[in-house]
Amino acid sequence: MSTVQALEPGSRHDLRVGISPDAPDEGNIKDEEGAFGYCHSYETSSRYDGPGLRVVLFVSGCLLRCTYCHNPDTWHLKDGTYVSVDHVLRRLGDFAPALLSLGGGLTISGGEPMVQLAFTRRIFAGAKEMGLHTAIETSGFLGDRADESYLSAIDLVLLDIKSSDPDTYRRVTGRDLAPTLRFAERLASLSKPVWVRFTLVPGATDDPANVDGIARFVAPMKNVEWVEVQPFHQMGSFKWKAMGLEYKHLNTPPPSRDLVNRVIGQFQAAGCQAR
Amino acid sequence: MKASTAVRKDVDAGDCWKGFRPGDWLTSINVRDFIVRNVTPYAGNEDFLSGASQRTKAVWAKLQPYFADERKKGVLAVDAENPSTMLAHKAGYIDRENEVVVGLQTDQPFKRAIFPFGGLRMVEAGLKAAGFEPDARVHEAFTKYRKSHNDGVFDVYTPEIMHCRRSGIITGLPDAYGRGRIIGDYRRVALYGIDRLLEAKRAERAQLDDMWPTDEIIRQREELAEQMRALQDLASMAKLYDCDISKPAANAREAFQWTYFAYLGAIKEANGAAMSIGRISSFLDIYIERDLKNGVLDEAGAQELWDQLVQKLRIVRFLRTPDYDALFSGDPYWATECVGGMDLDGRTLVTKSSYRMLHTLHNLGPAPEPNITVLWSNHMPAAFKRYCAKVSRDTSSLQYENDDLMRPFWGDDYGIACCVSAMRLGKQMQFFGARVNLAKALLYAINGGRDEVSGEQIAPQTLPVTGDFLDFDDVMAKFDTTMEWLARTYVHAMNCIHYMHDKYFYERLEMALHDRDILRTMAFGIAGLSVVADSLSAIKYGKIRVARDENGLVVDYQNEGNKATPQFGNNDDRVDRIASDIVTSFMGKIRKHPTYRNATHTQSVLTITSNVVYGKATGNTPDGRRKGEPFGPGANPMHGRDSHGWLASCLSVAKLPYKDAQDGISYTVSVAPQKAHLSEGQLLDEAVKAFDVYFDRGGFHMNLNVIDKETLEDAMKNPDKYPQLTIRVSGYAVNFVRLTPEQQRDVISRTFHGQI
Repeated sequence: MSTVQALEPGSRHDLRVGISPDAPDEGNIKDEEGAFGYCHSYETSSRYDGPGLRVVLFVSGCLLRCTYCHNPDTWHLKDGTYVSVDHVLRRLGDFAPALLSLGGGLTISGGEPMVQLAFTRRIFAGAKEMGLHTAIETSGFLGDRADESYLSAIDLVLLDIKSSDPDTYRRVTGRDLAPTLRFAERLASLSKPVWVRFTLVPGATDDPANVDGIARFVAPMKNVEWVEVQPFHQMGSFKWKAMGLEYKHLNTPPPSRDLVNRVIGQFQAAGCQAR
Repeated sequence: MKASTAVRKDVDAGDCWKGFRPGDWLTSINVRDFIVRNVTPYAGNEDFLSGASQRTKAVWAKLQPYFADERKKGVLAVDAENPSTMLAHKAGYIDRENEVVVGLQTDQPFKRAIFPFGGLRMVEAGLKAAGFEPDARVHEAFTKYRKSHNDGVFDVYTPEIMHCRRSGIITGLPDAYGRGRIIGDYRRVALYGIDRLLEAKRAERAQLDDMWPTDEIIRQREELAEQMRALQDLASMAKLYDCDISKPAANAREAFQWTYFAYLGAIKEANGAAMSIGRISSFLDIYIERDLKNGVLDEAGAQELWDQLVQKLRIVRFLRTPDYDALFSGDPYWATECVGGMDLDGRTLVTKSSYRMLHTLHNLGPAPEPNITVLWSNHMPAAFKRYCAKVSRDTSSLQYENDDLMRPFWGDDYGIACCVSAMRLGKQMQFFGARVNLAKALLYAINGGRDEVSGEQIAPQTLPVTGDFLDFDDVMAKFDTTMEWLARTYVHAMNCIHYMHDKYFYERLEMALHDRDILRTMAFGIAGLSVVADSLSAIKYGKIRVARDENGLVVDYQNEGNKATPQFGNNDDRVDRIASDIVTSFMGKIRKHPTYRNATHTQSVLTITSNVVYGKATGNTPDGRRKGEPFGPGANPMHGRDSHGWLASCLSVAKLPYKDAQDGISYTVSVAPQKAHLSEGQLLDEAVKAFDVYFDRGGFHMNLNVIDKETLEDAMKNPDKYPQLTIRVSGYAVNFVRLTPEQQRDVISRTFHGQI
């Protein structure tokens, strides 16, 4: 985030005006853990990442290494900017009235938000205090870490399921599939609203059997409001180059309209609400 | 003759006012009273609208070859021999059989006229640039026998003002042509007819006969005499078209025709940069409603009147010079028309004709003129808001201005002059004053008053920055001194200009359609606000090392501290407050100096397309902008720096204080056509919500483009594929293909937000 800076003393957004700098934070979060965290950037006008207009905070740190990742610059925790939760919430507060009028809210994406569990927990809690709708975009790999109280401050989970096949999943992400599926099942049992996101990468995730597997897994879950098919694009490739990483998908084309329609059709045929 | 009993005996209105609800408008010239008593607000949707009539299509087809030719050749024809007046040319037609509204600026469409009273130099330069010969007789008349506005101004300018003009710190001053930005209340001609207007002017004049002849009284008497002569000439001009406008219009067609004649008279008499038509839609709607009720007009006929009036407004042409075009590209003339808004009683002024006016963009295709301005109120009917959003999405031809913000200042019968300048119709005029380059002023402050490009001493010599690094407090103090000087010089220049304009190029017809006693504003402007704000922020939050050339002039800047200094356009108070403070501070300095005719000082944050020219003339700035690079247009953040989405960008701009920028704050937004998972209806609803939020937070103006970069890039390469591609630039819309390549590149380099 380009505007991250020590708070200007006396600014009208300085909520701590008149309070001793050493005074402890008030509120129901007692521990000091998570008072600071690493953020990559933010965007204030997304219409993709939840209902209404979203402020999207991209935090850094991710355990997955998806071969088609379009934000590889968010992988390493400490590549992000070190920011206080106060600062994040103050900044969010600048947009909160507009977001409320627009029926939008806050989405934390990344990176993987659950890498910084305590930090994101505080941000979600702060957003709820402003009356905002909250969403998390996650791979679910760290879903076991999300306790009930963490999830209670989140209104919507955007759950990325890259594959239904453990081998494909490992090939594409470098990690195990099981935690993600376990998390999805827990969300279903809690009736937590979920939008499943599936990135359609030609040659990597487009196998009909792979798609069918996810569809069969998701279809019975009543909490899943949407399955969103996200076509692979090349907009992140410059980042791989800039970071000196080898990019396997340099020559992968975006999926054709026909392919996208086929995949959406597969989800719909299984009984999912897909788009 | 069955005159309504409510009609005064001395007004021979015949049946013209039959069916209208009486009120004060019967006994005094009061169009606003007529509107609020008779308007039919409409809260429904657009389903009633009609397509273009056969006659409309026939006229439109006749005009197409002219448009195509003009794109290739530029100026098609000029009458270089007859200086333009209401009576200088005989009647002209496009397709006499099929025109339901008649009247052209000269005897042929697309034949331009000359206006040497503003300045002969501009006329002759314009003619030569367009490949025509100046006329010897005109030249003789305006060098030997008759002085122009331009001559007058240069007789009284000081050397200092000349330096400022040349260095580009003050530019675009209306000292060589018509100042424009005056809106005659053209509706008065339709409602009252010339006879009644003359009677009112005679009464205004009679009062002055008892008053001691001070300079101002003598001037007013002469002006009233000129106004009355202009009204008589307007009636004679209408006679050339076989119309008798001495009496009020008796039906909708006449009301359109009379109103248009009044506007036509104005553009035959004055070549102002901006010639707004005012706020005619809901006024003319009253006549349409009456005719519909009487069964003498149907919806197709009503739409035909609008389409044909708009056709006329699309072919207004003035002869301009290449210098002028560099500032205001694409032949704009700001025939600005306002639709929508609310009245003071809280009723909406949206009528079916608000829809019909917008619908011309569908029937005739997108176009930059007339400059259709939606006066957005959060209280307007939801269906109309949605329709506006739809028309924006289809045509990118609309601009929006905040009625809820302006109504407390200007009432409910104001129009917009040019892009963003509100004025009470018939009760207020402005002395237009272009703008100063504040970014350059900041560089003068750093360099002790020397120009960073030429090295010349332009501002009075002051102590330049001496160290290797810029100190915020030091620069601010110096900048403050420079702004004081600049404000004083600017007001000085404006007083000279408008004194001479009144004297040599008085807008007798436009002013005849005003009350005698009006509010005059003097409109000052600033350019480069976001560059200044970002520069000051960089100085405050970064560590800026200066680089000097061999003459000790600071010519470049390097930030050696925190690179992530706050930038305007991200809803970051640290820098947004700097921008707001600059607006307030410069306004305060302007207000210190008395104005010609006691005009009220106002200010705009507006550049039209001149952000390119200003940028070209300005050296490197401390924010990292390179020498020659365009400024953000109007109040826009610098291109690409509003990097957190349109919401953040809008909220920053909405903070700029209207009370210190009552001449308007221009903001242009481009969003890509929708790609998110929204249906057509949801999309329009979301757009409406976005407008409501922006205006509710105090946003003043929004030029909205719904287009992607790729389309513009393609249009640059293949202009013939996009003859009607229209985009909003800064306060006006243009045919994209008629911009200079430089300006096209500027438009493409602006921030495009991914979605609304």
